[in-house]
Amino acid sequence: MTEPAFVADTEVVVSARDLTRSFGAFVAVDRVSFEVARGEIFGFLGSNGAGKTTTIRMLCGLLAPTSGSGTVAGFDVASQADRIKTRIGYMSQRFSLYADLTVDENLRFWGGTYRLWGRELDRRRRWAIEVAGLEERHNALVRDLPGGFRQRLALGCALLHEPPVVFLDEPTGGVDPEARRRFWDLIDDLVAGGTTVFVTTHYMDEAERCHRVALMHAGTLLALDTVPALKAVFPTDCVLAVSCPRPADAMDNLEGATGVDDVSLFGDRLHVVVDRPQRIADVEAILTTGGFAPFEVAAVRPSLEDVFIKVIRDAEAEAGP
Amino acid sequence: MIRRVLAVTVKELLQLRRDWRTLFALLGMPVVLLLIYGFALSFDAQDIRLAVVDQSRSAESRKVIEAFLRSGYFVRVATLDDTRELDGLIDTGRAQAGLVIEGGFAADVAARRRASIQFVLDGSDSQTASTILGYARQIVAATTPDLFEIELEPPIAAAPVVWYNPNLTSSIFLVPGLVAFILMITSVIATALAVVREKERGTMESLRATPLKAIELLIGKTLPYLLVGSVAAAGSLTLAWLLFEVPIRGSIVWLAALTVLFLAGGLGWGVLISTIAETQQVAFQLGILSSMLPTLLLSGFVFPISSMPPALQVISHIVPARYFIAALREVVLKGVGPEVWWNDALALVAYGAVVLLIATARTVRSL
Repeated sequence: MTEPAFVADTEVVVSARDLTRSFGAFVAVDRVSFEVARGEIFGFLGSNGAGKTTTIRMLCGLLAPTSGSGTVAGFDVASQADRIKTRIGYMSQRFSLYADLTVDENLRFWGGTYRLWGRELDRRRRWAIEVAGLEERHNALVRDLPGGFRQRLALGCALLHEPPVVFLDEPTGGVDPEARRRFWDLIDDLVAGGTTVFVTTHYMDEAERCHRVALMHAGTLLALDTVPALKAVFPTDCVLAVSCPRPADAMDNLEGATGVDDVSLFGDRLHVVVDRPQRIADVEAILTTGGFAPFEVAAVRPSLEDVFIKVIRDAEAEAGP
Repeated sequence: MIRRVLAVTVKELLQLRRDWRTLFALLGMPVVLLLIYGFALSFDAQDIRLAVVDQSRSAESRKVIEAFLRSGYFVRVATLDDTRELDGLIDTGRAQAGLVIEGGFAADVAARRRASIQFVLDGSDSQTASTILGYARQIVAATTPDLFEIELEPPIAAAPVVWYNPNLTSSIFLVPGLVAFILMITSVIATALAVVREKERGTMESLRATPLKAIELLIGKTLPYLLVGSVAAAGSLTLAWLLFEVPIRGSIVWLAALTVLFLAGGLGWGVLISTIAETQQVAFQLGILSSMLPTLLLSGFVFPISSMPPALQVISHIVPARYFIAALREVVLKGVGPEVWWNDALALVAYGAVVLLIATARTVRSL
């Protein structure tokens, strides 16, 4: 039970041990293990179909694991789902408010499902309205609200009963960057108050705001660490950003060159991973020979996306042909 | 438990209040149906269009014709000389019936022989035709003693007395069926849609992550429709009483008890549909096929069960409206107590229990 983890000295709020879920022959989540400490922002990063939502649904007691086990707030996900549900907040990927009810009516309803009433409900309702910034519009129908407000209101609904753990499944899908930033400020406040936040995303900038990030791919957990530790898979100054004309052609020329581990396209730039910082001269030589002038090559701090791509390619190489 | 059920019920009522289309379907439709069925779907025969072919042209034949017209049921639309002209009138519907008195009629009467008149009917609407034939028989029977100037005193006189609906008004017969029909729509379809809507919009997933239990969700969701259904039923009966003078002779308590019993089964059926259907469209179609049509066709609402083919009579046993309508007619029209309709009530209890049990079991598993 006691895995020597980086969170060993703090209270474990969420844990998974070889958590597995199959749908017929398809293994959606394959022996995933991790622990989340109290007050942590735990990010789950991965593409669609990586198994993020299936993992969250198992932890929330919505889906029984095929094998393995998990606990949330001290209760077993397979046998104590009812207890878990009173102690978590959950924001599903899909819109979880009633568009044909007002802000107030939604809050009263979701509060009611947690048996909140009277003065307690009023207090929490006012809190949710305040964090969503809807003081002026608490009688508006939810369908008339902009996406950012809805998202914050949905979070407020999931937090009415002050749960110690909150699961957010791609909470900021389809919301503009400013609204996303405000949403994440809200998450920071929550965590400061001791709430544990378990969040899935495929936005890299959001993942950077997590204390620890788990990288999930094809149902398996490929890496799990703090963001700086994850980025340390690259030696210093070994990720080069290349700006040049015809980047796609340049990519073909650079791939497979000596000392070049990986090339990927980032918008109109290339990220070239090399084995040591001195390779910058070799890269410039290849670009000159290939006729890609004028170009610019500079060492950059690796982004989480670089890490993600490297981890997936390493895993696929290991699995072998 | 109660607090969470209440939260769902309040939410459902708030949504229903804003959804005026559904609200109209639940409360306005009964009124429209009542008017349509009450006025248009009538088997009553009044002002029957009669074509007269009098080849006898005698005092005796005029007496018979007079009797028909005086009865109040018939109006003369044509006087013809030839029976062949009658065909055309009946074919086009200008006449509903033809009265033919042949040339030898007066002589037969005078000779005290068996005299006959011919009565031609449009049988394409058999219910109306048999009603008209009944009237014609009565009139002829009443005219005979006068015509033959005899005192007819048959040893046994059949004097039909129709109880509960003395004028044989069809609206009185139809209203209980109509109430069943309305309740079936509100309970089955509205409930199924209300549950499936949550699946379609994705709110079901969020509901499942709360401590709300499946049974609490079901009770909370069906309560408003139980309420609306009862209001619609009470409204229909009141309107039927005001417009068509349909009496409510029996106890309101029994009426309410039967209604709730029937509604419970319908709500259960609606929930059962919601566990199968993933979209509101599918739920609606399943609802129509499995509840509205059988209630309309196989319950004895419009078509008497006794005149159905044997196979359909067997099938009608699994249509809950059959028992509800039978019991409702007993309570509303006759004012009798459960000693008469206890077996119908028992069938409703059995149906409701089985359906609710399966629906709950399936919901707990599928939610």
